[in-house]
Amino acid sequence: MSEIADQVKKIVAEHLGVEPAKVTENASFIDDLGADSLDTVELVMAFEEAFNTEIPDDAAETILTVGDAIKFLEKNAA
Amino acid sequence: MFDLSGKTALVTGATGGIGGAIAKALHAQGATVSLSGTRKEALEALAAELGERAHVLPCNLGVAEEVEKLVPDAEAAMGQVDILVNNAGITRDNIFMRLTDEAWDQVIAVNLTSAFRLSRAAVRSMMRRRAGRIISITSIVGVTGNAGQGNYAAAKAAMIGMSKSLAQEVASRGVTVNCVAPGFIATPMTDALNEKQRESILKAVPAARLGSPADIANACVYLASDEAGYVTGQTLHVNGGMAMI
Ligand SMILES: NC(=O)c1ccc[n+]([C@@H]2O[C@H](COP(=O)([O-])OP(=O)(O)OC[C@H]3O[C@@H](n4cnc5c(N)ncnc54)[C@H](OP(=O)(O)O)[C@@H]3O)[C@@H](O)[C@H]2O)c1
Repeated sequence: MSEIADQVKKIVAEHLGVEPAKVTENASFIDDLGADSLDTVELVMAFEEAFNTEIPDDAAETILTVGDAIKFLEKNAA
Repeated sequence: MFDLSGKTALVTGATGGIGGAIAKALHAQGATVSLSGTRKEALEALAAELGERAHVLPCNLGVAEEVEKLVPDAEAAMGQVDILVNNAGITRDNIFMRLTDEAWDQVIAVNLTSAFRLSRAAVRSMMRRRAGRIISITSIVGVTGNAGQGNYAAAKAAMIGMSKSLAQEVASRGVTVNCVAPGFIATPMTDALNEKQRESILKAVPAARLGSPADIANACVYLASDEAGYVTGQTLHVNGGMAMI
C-alpha cells in the first residue's frame, strides 16, 4: 500500500472518528462511514492541507470513497 | 463580558454611519479590525482614529473579483477572520412599477450577493477552527416590507433566509450566523428629514427616539462575543419597539 493511501486512511479515520479497519478503499464516506456532506468538505480541506495541494470543487465532488481520494491524490499531490 | 481581545474582524461599509460605529465598538472590545469600503481616504481616517489593530482594505462590493479578494486580503492582513460583519448596503428606491432592472441588480449585488460571497469565503477557515461569527446587517423592512423599496426589502429578506440556512449547516462546527435588523437609525440620511417627517416617524417608535449607530454596534458586539455562542440563525431587531416580531 502506498504512503499516500496510508495517510489518507489515517486522516479519514481520525476525522470521522471511525475504526481504521472500516476505512477500506471501497468505503463510501457518506454511506459507509457516517459522514454528512459537511464532513466531506472538511475531509477535502484536510487532504489539501496534509498533501499541500488544491482540490478544485468539481474534482472534490467526484471524491466519494476512500479509494477515490487516494487515486486523486496519487495523481495530483507532489 | 463581551471581551474580543485577540479576535479579528472584517467590517464592510466601515466608512458609513453604522459600519464605522460597528468597527469602533469591536475595536474597543479588543478586536483587530479590517475596515472595508470604497472610499480609501475615509477608511484611512478611521484607521488613524483607532490607532493600532486597524487595517484598511478598500473594495468595491459591486465587482465580483474584488469581493472574492477581500477575505483573502483580510486573512493576509490579520492572520485570520474570526468575525465577519456584512454591513455595506445601498438603496435605489422607486415605486415598484418604476423599478429598473439596473436598480434591482445593483441592490441585489451590493447588499446580497457580496454577503454571500464573503460569507462563503470566510466560513471555510472558521469551520476548520471550529469557531467563527458571521453577522449581517439586514433591516426591519426586510421583514415588514416598505413601499418604494421592493429591491432593498427583497435583498434584506434574502439575507435573513441565507443566514438561517448557513447557520444550520455550520452550527455543529462552532460557527454562528446571525442578522441584526435596525429600525430608524440617525445617520446623515435621517438628518435630512424635516421636522414634520421626523415627528411622524417618531410616532411609530415606542422608544420615542431614533436609534443611534452605537445601538446597532452594541448588538453586533454581543453576537460577536463568546457569550453569544448558543445564539445562531437569529435576527436581532434593534428598533426601539417599532416592530415587535
Ligand atoms: N440607517 C438606517 O436607518 C438603516 C436602517 C436599516 C438598515 N440599515 C442598514 O445598515 C447598513 C449600514 O447603513 P448606513 O446607514 O451606515 O449607510 P451608509 O452610511 O450609507 O453606509 C453605507 C456603507 O456601504 C458602503 N458601500 C456602499 N456601496 C458599496 C460598494 N459598492 N462597495 C463597497 N462598499 C459599499 C459604503 O462605503 P463607501 O461610502 O466607502 O462606498 C458605506 O460605508 C446598510 O446595510 C443598511 O441597509 C440602515
